[in-house]
Amino acid sequence: MENVLEISDLNVSFALHNSEVHAVRDLNFSLRAGETLAVVGESGSGKSQSFLSIMGLLARNGRATGSAKMGDVELVGMPPRQLDKYRGKDIAMIFQDPMTSLNPSLKIKRQLSEVLVKHQNYDEKKALKEAIEMLERVGIPSPERRANAYPHELSGGMRQRVMIAMALLCRPKILIADEPTTALDVTVQAQMLDLFRSLTKDFGTALVMITHNLGVVAGVADRMMVMYGGRAVETGHVDDLFYDPRHPYTLGLLSSTPNPAERAKRLTPIEGLPPSLEHLPKGCAFNPRCKFRFEKCFEERPPLEPFGEAERKKACFYEGQLLAEERSA
Amino acid sequence: MLRYAFRRVLSALPIAFIAVTVCFFILRLAPGGPFDTGRPLPPNVLANVRAYYNLDQPLFTQYLLYIGGVLRGNLGPSMAFYDFNVSQLLAIGLPFTLTLGFSAFVIATFVGVLAGMVSAVYQNKWPDYVLVLAVMIGLVVPNFLMGALLQLWFGVYLRWLPAGGWVTGSITHLVLPVTVLAWPHAARISRLMRGSMIEVLGTNYVRTAKSKGLGSRLVLARHAIKPAMIPVVSYLGPGLSYLLTGSIVVEQIFGLPGIGRYFISAALNRDYGLVLGTTLFYMLLILVLNLIVDLVYAWLDPKVRYS
Ligand SMILES: Nc1ncnc2c1ncn2[C@@H]1O[C@H](COP(=O)(O)OP(=O)(O)OP(=O)(O)O)[C@@H](O)[C@H]1O
Ligand SMILES: [Mg+2]
Repeated sequence: MENVLEISDLNVSFALHNSEVHAVRDLNFSLRAGETLAVVGESGSGKSQSFLSIMGLLARNGRATGSAKMGDVELVGMPPRQLDKYRGKDIAMIFQDPMTSLNPSLKIKRQLSEVLVKHQNYDEKKALKEAIEMLERVGIPSPERRANAYPHELSGGMRQRVMIAMALLCRPKILIADEPTTALDVTVQAQMLDLFRSLTKDFGTALVMITHNLGVVAGVADRMMVMYGGRAVETGHVDDLFYDPRHPYTLGLLSSTPNPAERAKRLTPIEGLPPSLEHLPKGCAFNPRCKFRFEKCFEERPPLEPFGEAERKKACFYEGQLLAEERSA
Repeated sequence: MLRYAFRRVLSALPIAFIAVTVCFFILRLAPGGPFDTGRPLPPNVLANVRAYYNLDQPLFTQYLLYIGGVLRGNLGPSMAFYDFNVSQLLAIGLPFTLTLGFSAFVIATFVGVLAGMVSAVYQNKWPDYVLVLAVMIGLVVPNFLMGALLQLWFGVYLRWLPAGGWVTGSITHLVLPVTVLAWPHAARISRLMRGSMIEVLGTNYVRTAKSKGLGSRLVLARHAIKPAMIPVVSYLGPGLSYLLTGSIVVEQIFGLPGIGRYFISAALNRDYGLVLGTTLFYMLLILVLNLIVDLVYAWLDPKVRYS
C-alpha cells in the first residue's frame, strides 16, 4: 500500500536556559493510506512532540530536524505560512483535552466553518451547511442548535465530537489523534473509538492514535509503535506485539494493563521510574528497569532493527520470546 | 442585553447616592469653611452669607436640602464663583474635559492594546524591548513631571506645539495634554495586554487554530485578540478613574479650562457645592463608562453573558 507519511531520522529538541532536552530521537516510520497506527508509551516518552513537530506546532523553544514527507511535501522545516496550505486540509490533529482545545469566545459554527472557508474557498453559507452536516455525522443531536452554541455550553464528549468533526471537515489524508479519549469517561470513550473507526474507514483517512491505553490500541489499531525515552523501541502489527512482545518495555506495558480474559492474574506494574531525558543511562535507555538485561545492554544502545517476519522491528539485544519466558519463570 | 443594561443602571443609583452622602459628610468634617480665606468678613455679614447658603442649619438638614436640590436637578450655588451656580460652571468646563478625557481614553486604549499585542508577538525580541521601555517610562514618570518635560521640549525648545493654554477648536493645543494623560494609561493597558496575549498564545485553543492552517493573521485576529482583551476590558473601568484624576492635574499644568481646574480650586476654597457637583459628575461619568465596559465584557466572554 501507498505511504501517506514517511518519517525519517526525526529529532525534536528543546532549548532550555543553558542546556537542551532531546525529546525525540531518530524516529523512522511510515504511515500507510487508510491504516491506523497506534503510538504508545509512558508520559514523557515523546509521543506528542513527534507529531506536534510534524504539524509545526512545537513550543517556541523547540526545534525539529530530519524529515517528514507527506507525498512529495517535506513538512519538517517548512515555514508556517506554507504549512498552512496543508495543515487542517491534508493533515489534521485532535488534541488531548477537549475542554480547552476549543476557543471559548467563538461559536462552534464559526470554528468549524472557518476551516472550509480557508481551505476549500467556500462562502460562509456553504461552509456552515457542510459543518452542520459533519456535526450530524459525528453523532451530535440537533446540530443546528449546537452549531450556535459556545463551547462551554457543551459536555466534554460533545466537545470532543466537535473536535473530530472539525478535523475531518476537509477529509484529510492523515488524522493525528493525541489521546483523544483520555479526558472522557469510559462509556463516552467507547463511543468515540467507534466513531474514529467508522469515519476513518469512510473517508479513507490514515489515523495516528496516540494513547496510554492498550485497550484503545487493541480496539482500533492495525499497527503500533512503542516509544520509550524519545525513541521507538518496538514496531509491528498489533496482534503480533500483543501475543509476542519482543521488547521488555512492551511486555511491561502489556502486563500492567487489565485484561478481562485473565482477571485472576495480578497486574504487574513496570518497576522503576520513566527516564529523565537529560540523564539517559548509557547503553539501552530501559536497562535500569529491565528484567532481561545483560552486560551488552549497559555498553551499547540497541538499534531498532527488523527481525523475523511480518515487518517487525525491535530495539533490544535479547533474542528470546519474552512472554513465554516470563510465564515459565 | 437591554434588560441587563437597565438592571445595571438601576443598581448604579444607590451607589451614586451613597457616594454623594459620604462625600458630603467628609467634606464637612474637613476643617475650615468657604469663607475662611481672604479678608475676614464682619460677623454680621458672615452670618448673612451663611444663612444664604443654609450653612446655619443643622448639618443633617443641610444634607436633606442638598439631596433634594440634586434630585430636582439643582446642584446649588458656587460659593467661590459668586456669579455662577454649580451647573453653569460644569456646563462651561464639561465639553472641554470630555474632549480631553475621551480622546486620551480612546487613544490610550487603542495604543495600549496594539503595543501589548506587538510586545507579545515579538516576545523578547527588540520591538518588545522598545515597547517595554516606553511602558516603564509611562508607569514611573509622574504626570506633572512628564507634562513639564514635554512642555519644555516640544513647546519651548523645538517650538513644535503650544506649551499650554487653549484656543477653541485647536487640535495642536490638545496634543501634549492628551499625550501626558494617555501615556500612563496606555502603559498599564499595554502591560496587561502583553501578559494576557502571551498567555492566550500559549493556550490549547490557539494551538488548535494554528493546526487548522488558518494563518497567523487570522489566528491572531479571530482567535487570540478577543480572549486576550478580557483582562484589559475589566481594567478599563478603574483605569478610567485614574485617567480622570489625572486629567485634574493635567488641566492645571497646561492651563486648560476644564472642570478639573474648578475641582482643585473648589477643594482649596472649601466651595462645598462645587466640590460635590464635580464629584457627582465624575462619578456619573465613571458609572456610565463602567456600564459600557461591562457590556463589552459580556460580549467578549460568552460565559458571563447571561448571568
Ligand atoms: N517546551 C518544552 N521545553 C522543554 N521540554 C519540553 C517542552 N515540551 C515538551 N518537553 C519535554 O519533551 C518530552 C516529551 O514530551 P511529550 O509531550 O512528547 O510526551 P508524551 O509522550 O506525549 O507524554 P504524555 O503521555 O504525558 O502526553 C517531555 O519529557 C517534556 O518534558
Ligand atoms: Mg502527550
